[in-house]
Amino acid sequence: MKQFRSMAYPYVFWINVMIVVPMLMIVMYAFTQKGNDVVTFRLTLDNFIYFFSDPIFVSVLKNSLVIAVVTTVICIFLGYPMAYLISQASDRWKVILVLLITVPMWINMLVRTYAWVGILQENGIINNLLGLMGIGLVKLLNTDFAVILGMVYNFIPFMILQIYTALSKMDPSYLEAASDLGANKVESFLRITLPLSLPGVLSGITLVFLPAVSSFFIPKLLGGGQYVLIGNVIESQFLISGNWNFGSAISLIMAVIIMISMYITKKVDREGQSKGGVR
Amino acid sequence: MKKSKGILGKIFIALMLAFFYLPIIYTIVFSFNDSRSLTKFAGFSLRWYEKMFSDAVMMDAIFYTILIAVLATAISTVVGTITAIGLSHSNKILKTLVTQINDLPIMNPEIVTGIGLLMFFSLLGIEKGLVTMLLAHVMFCIPYVMLSVMPKLRSLDPNIADAALDLGATPWQALTKVIVPQIMPGIAAGALIAFTMSFDDFIISYFVTGNGVQNISILVYTMSKRINPSINALSTIIIIPVTVVLILINILPIIKEKREKKKLKKAREEALAE
Repeated sequence: MKQFRSMAYPYVFWINVMIVVPMLMIVMYAFTQKGNDVVTFRLTLDNFIYFFSDPIFVSVLKNSLVIAVVTTVICIFLGYPMAYLISQASDRWKVILVLLITVPMWINMLVRTYAWVGILQENGIINNLLGLMGIGLVKLLNTDFAVILGMVYNFIPFMILQIYTALSKMDPSYLEAASDLGANKVESFLRITLPLSLPGVLSGITLVFLPAVSSFFIPKLLGGGQYVLIGNVIESQFLISGNWNFGSAISLIMAVIIMISMYITKKVDREGQSKGGVR
Repeated sequence: MKKSKGILGKIFIALMLAFFYLPIIYTIVFSFNDSRSLTKFAGFSLRWYEKMFSDAVMMDAIFYTILIAVLATAISTVVGTITAIGLSHSNKILKTLVTQINDLPIMNPEIVTGIGLLMFFSLLGIEKGLVTMLLAHVMFCIPYVMLSVMPKLRSLDPNIADAALDLGATPWQALTKVIVPQIMPGIAAGALIAFTMSFDDFIISYFVTGNGVQNISILVYTMSKRINPSINALSTIIIIPVTVVLILINILPIIKEKREKKKLKKAREEALAE
């Protein structure tokens, strides 16, 4: 079918222009200084040195990582039981529950995040409920809590669906075999279900950590104007101060951190699988 | 013991679902609020809907969002399908190259893709606005279309197109009358994903737009700095169609299946009776 082969060529050109060139531009800008024209083109590490020698930027980076890690951990501890319970439900309920989790994912993220602004406000629903229980006014909006809540809210469906897929792929005869061999429920969960669902947890981690570490509208909407994460720094470098070189360098630092964490996750996954999961 | 665990589980599921739907229900309820407050419900009114429909900026954002989503879906579905078919007849090297580059915008944080495109468009001197936004949307939609078309092509009998050509079909006929109908479910799924990706996109659009061209997401982001209940009205008119369509897509096959099962059962009973 030689006639059809050439149908892929225009797209090969397109991706090189639209995907590869912009990526190369980020790398190029990250290693050059502002005002460099083609004649004085000179590679430099100044942008990176500037970033790491400024305690403010370093603490913003650290804060972003901490928030992303906390978000990921909460997503695992809330998402795993949810996925497990869905996998235990009857077939009809499985369909309904998965649908109920997917529906919000199709609704605009900005719209759903903006709704939390009203809910978390000082005289909002949550504070009214707390007031009824006799707890005084709690500042919720513009705190770390609000930002983490917004991230968990937006990203936990990915975690639940990944773990649920892994759990539903599991062969139930393993559990029967375990109980035949005298394992109790806790044992067979810890030694069979949990290891076999680990790949789902790991791909869930990537799907939560990656958007959490780079998010900039959730901190802006729920953390208030002063709240800054690494994504906000990149945004302001490009849209406010117009320093593309520094902005590119920060994006590159972020991309490297994400790549390292994804590499670690993949490695854990591979090691888990080479041990066969069931021990 | 087992029962109490079951109840605990149900409570947990209910709480999680409440967490998922609280903001959505909140938005719908407060879009009908008669006061400016985002916290106290002062009675039913449609004033925020009136305000939204008379607000030119909001109507423009809705118009641009739909226009770009429709165009990006049409272009990326056609290009993605053509490329996927072409790749299915190409050698392995080209296939791996394209899938790996396709993965870049999917695996990269969107903000990185966004700033890359921002610098790229500026370098080329393309004026930021509708055109740049459309190009960007086409760029990130095509990989998703290909991801849903390629598995369908893999399960297609590779001789089927040859058979059509042997029987005297032109390549165009073999393509449109044999291959495309066979992979139609994949194309439709890809188009649906492309449409929602484009319709909901914020980060990439935010970086590549300019000249006052805003989609709904950008509008919500810029308007959220001040209290504005018409955002709730705008949100509601997005939430309701999405929910209805999703429920229909998921429920209709179940109903259909049930009906077919019933028919089958009836036919079997009739056959047995004879």
